[in-house]
Amino acid sequence: MNAAVVVFPGSNCEHDVVHALRVLGAKAELVWHRETDLSDFDGVILPGGFAHGDYLRTGAIARFSPVMKEVTRMANEGAPIIGICNGFQVLCEAGLLPGVLLENQDLKFICRPIHLRVEHSNSVLTRAASEGQVLKIPLNSYEGNYKASDEDFKAIVTNHQIIFRYAEASGEISGSSNPNGSMGAAAGIMNKAGNVAGLMPHPERATDQILGSVDGQVILESFIVSMETAGV
Amino acid sequence: MSDTLYRQLGMTNEEYGSVCDILGRTPSNPELAMYSVMWSEHCSYKSSRKHLGRFPTEAPWVVVGPGENAGVVDLGNGWLAALRIESHNHPSFVEPHQGAATGVGGILRDVFTMGARPIALWDQIRFGSLNDAHNRYLFSGVVSGIAGYGNAVGVPTVGGEVEFDDCYAGNPLVNVMCLGVLKREQLVLGTAGSAGMIAVLLGSATGRDGIGGASVLASASFNEDSGTKRPSVQVGNPFEEKKLIEACLELYERNLCVGVQDLGAAGLSCATSEPAARAGMGMDFDLDTVHVREADMTAAELLMSESQERMMAFVTPDKVTDVLAVANKWEIDASVVGTVKEGGTLRVFHEGALIAEIPAASLTENAPLLDRPSSRPEWLDDLWAMDPPPPTTDVAGDLLRLLDDPSVADPAWIYQQYDHQLFLNTAVGPGSDGSLLRIKGTTKGLAVSTDGNGRLCYLDPRNGSARLVYEAALNVALTGARGLAVVDNLNFGNPEHPYIMWQFIESIEGISLACEALGVPVVGGNVSFYNRTDDQDIHPTPIVGYLGMADPMPTHPPRLNQAEAGMELWAFGPDSENLSGSTYAKVVHQHLGGRPDGADEKMAIAVIDLAATIAEHELSPALHDISDGGIAVAISEICIQSGVGVKTKLLSAPFSEPPHRFLAVLAPERASEVAKLAEERSVPVARLGVFGGDTIELGSASVTLVDGTTTYRSAIPRRMA
Repeated sequence: MNAAVVVFPGSNCEHDVVHALRVLGAKAELVWHRETDLSDFDGVILPGGFAHGDYLRTGAIARFSPVMKEVTRMANEGAPIIGICNGFQVLCEAGLLPGVLLENQDLKFICRPIHLRVEHSNSVLTRAASEGQVLKIPLNSYEGNYKASDEDFKAIVTNHQIIFRYAEASGEISGSSNPNGSMGAAAGIMNKAGNVAGLMPHPERATDQILGSVDGQVILESFIVSMETAGV
Repeated sequence: MSDTLYRQLGMTNEEYGSVCDILGRTPSNPELAMYSVMWSEHCSYKSSRKHLGRFPTEAPWVVVGPGENAGVVDLGNGWLAALRIESHNHPSFVEPHQGAATGVGGILRDVFTMGARPIALWDQIRFGSLNDAHNRYLFSGVVSGIAGYGNAVGVPTVGGEVEFDDCYAGNPLVNVMCLGVLKREQLVLGTAGSAGMIAVLLGSATGRDGIGGASVLASASFNEDSGTKRPSVQVGNPFEEKKLIEACLELYERNLCVGVQDLGAAGLSCATSEPAARAGMGMDFDLDTVHVREADMTAAELLMSESQERMMAFVTPDKVTDVLAVANKWEIDASVVGTVKEGGTLRVFHEGALIAEIPAASLTENAPLLDRPSSRPEWLDDLWAMDPPPPTTDVAGDLLRLLDDPSVADPAWIYQQYDHQLFLNTAVGPGSDGSLLRIKGTTKGLAVSTDGNGRLCYLDPRNGSARLVYEAALNVALTGARGLAVVDNLNFGNPEHPYIMWQFIESIEGISLACEALGVPVVGGNVSFYNRTDDQDIHPTPIVGYLGMADPMPTHPPRLNQAEAGMELWAFGPDSENLSGSTYAKVVHQHLGGRPDGADEKMAIAVIDLAATIAEHELSPALHDISDGGIAVAISEICIQSGVGVKTKLLSAPFSEPPHRFLAVLAPERASEVAKLAEERSVPVARLGVFGGDTIELGSASVTLVDGTTTYRSAIPRRMA
């Protein structure tokens, strides 16, 4: 099993993601955004950062990077594809996930650990987790405010496409547990099939006790397990 | 024509005379432009150079000392660390967001120019009171500028310092330190190499932004017309810098260049003359080949432009194609702009004509060297005689006032806007005394603390500056690390005033004495003069950046949030009742006077060694330096971060700031072992109390944990709402 970690100009979490995957025993390689053939890979991660400087709008230019055609092909074939933070924004811009990510409601960058509640375990990012599990994961974004049209959001809820919600440490969803104003306190979303998913917080930053939390492991393990399952 | 131009460019009559002497003729306008920026205070250190030689700069582990783009020290096992500190005070006052942002960009280039990957940043920022709307504008602009650039360029900001004092109202201080790591074989210097080397300019196109930043902006005092200097502030593009970092790191990894110089202050003037002079070479340099952002720029504008995100690489002719291919891969522009020549002459061509022909070394080595008069100010004795009023009897009320002071309170409003976790190294992060970063692939951890204290240095520049070094060293020791190197940023007023020069020389002496006592060399630094608006000089504000290493790094480093009910609170180091220059005297009595405690060399060394020993052996879950606000604030911070109360005996001096003292949280079964370590080092020991409950009880004074926490956490957000 080998994961492609896509590097756009301006990506900056690519090395962290590769490090975390390797610590968890998976293979991972960096792939430049001009690559057009990912057929040797079993899954793809779009890491955090500022792809193409986030100019114009986050993810707006990255969706046109040559590699995205191949990512889209794999997504449609059911391969595990995940986006973390900026990668989530790129997946939304590319139309592989519904909705958009706007500026945080208080217009400030937020870098601090928050709590996520796992809504269900039927996705590439939650397969190894259990419903209702609360995870402490660092958030690190300026445009993390998830929004969708009323119609889209209705469908997202109906199809159980919200996989993580911002919560209190107890798992309770409250106004104060939502750090950025996201609709439905959504922190992570999947496509209908569950093989493509994105989340704003950074699971790779919570994979080692010395950094304060290991709760991100179960998220990345879900991706690793998904690659193994999809490859069978 | 030139004789009026040189004054507009900030040169004196004498300096113009020396240019004429060096050239044996009157200079052309482009030549004059080059001398004006290279001989500015900012680039030439003409007022300070004479005194900077005082610093101890040698140690067996120093690989590159002061004078290069960054200092470099040996970490062992083939690893090196590069570090540097810089100021962007004046640009940040004129345009806070871009001024602070480009300060980050500049310090990063200083570090990756050496071949290192920048792994962390620390910001030291100082403003006037937050009660004033303009200061709030400057503060939020600077923080957003640091966040906007640092986060996007992908280098975490893992710590720093903030202080609010009226003396910075007309002249905020924005300093930034950067640390990088590299394997020894990747070390690159700012040299042009030998004759025949090709100069390749990488990165952003050159435009008219930042023209004369070093001479016009950074080397003069401010007045009410300062807003008109805004066009001298550069504009940052972190995306371009990110690509430039990755491209340069690939050049180093593949050994494609012999030398690299970043373009910062003085732009192309500096990036051609300095590397050539270091190599004892000259250069032919063609301005027509420079990729530009704007048409019709004059030669002088091209030479002085401080457009950001540019690097000059010196390459053997057979590697030029490879270098251009790397630039193309990372989607940055690159131009072949010059050739290194024997003979030491820098020749600049523009529109086909030779427009400047000067000895390259004259821009650096012949720069003016001033011996400005210095004298101890007479008012200092009067100030020393003005002891602070005695403390009030309302310890609880005073504690809450201190916790509500923005210089003491929780800085989370600031650092939660910075990415402080990227690279997965941050074991101890912002809001702590010192930061601790792991170096993946090794057993090593690097610790950094940056410290400044303008009030102490105003009252006693020598002792105040020495105390900064000891405080930073103690903070680093509290993470389990031992000292390796110091960088300093010397922020002072107008050096044309003899008392400012005296403060400056005294401060250098203090830093030097402390570094010598600790056996830690100064490997680089920066001087920022003219921090003055109208008739107000800032307090002398040297900033000390102190690097230490823990090898092996503790797997459970002390953290402020790890105290638990039942654990004991101990203090190590001598107590003092002196309130001179303290935060308490400022906040409660609006007082600045008296003579602060001096540094005690022997005690400092013993206390620092004790702290490092406790942390190395993981004998304490939480250690904390006693500084701003004294022991009462330090105890409260542990309680607030850990979410647990404490009950202590009566504290004889709750708000004084003794120079060599720290707190330790100890499990009861560990206490005697640690106390013995202290006694072996003749360090005074005091058992102060036990954690538990939900109040902070200091003798008979009591503050609920909820009140303390709310006050501490809301002090900055409440003022910025």
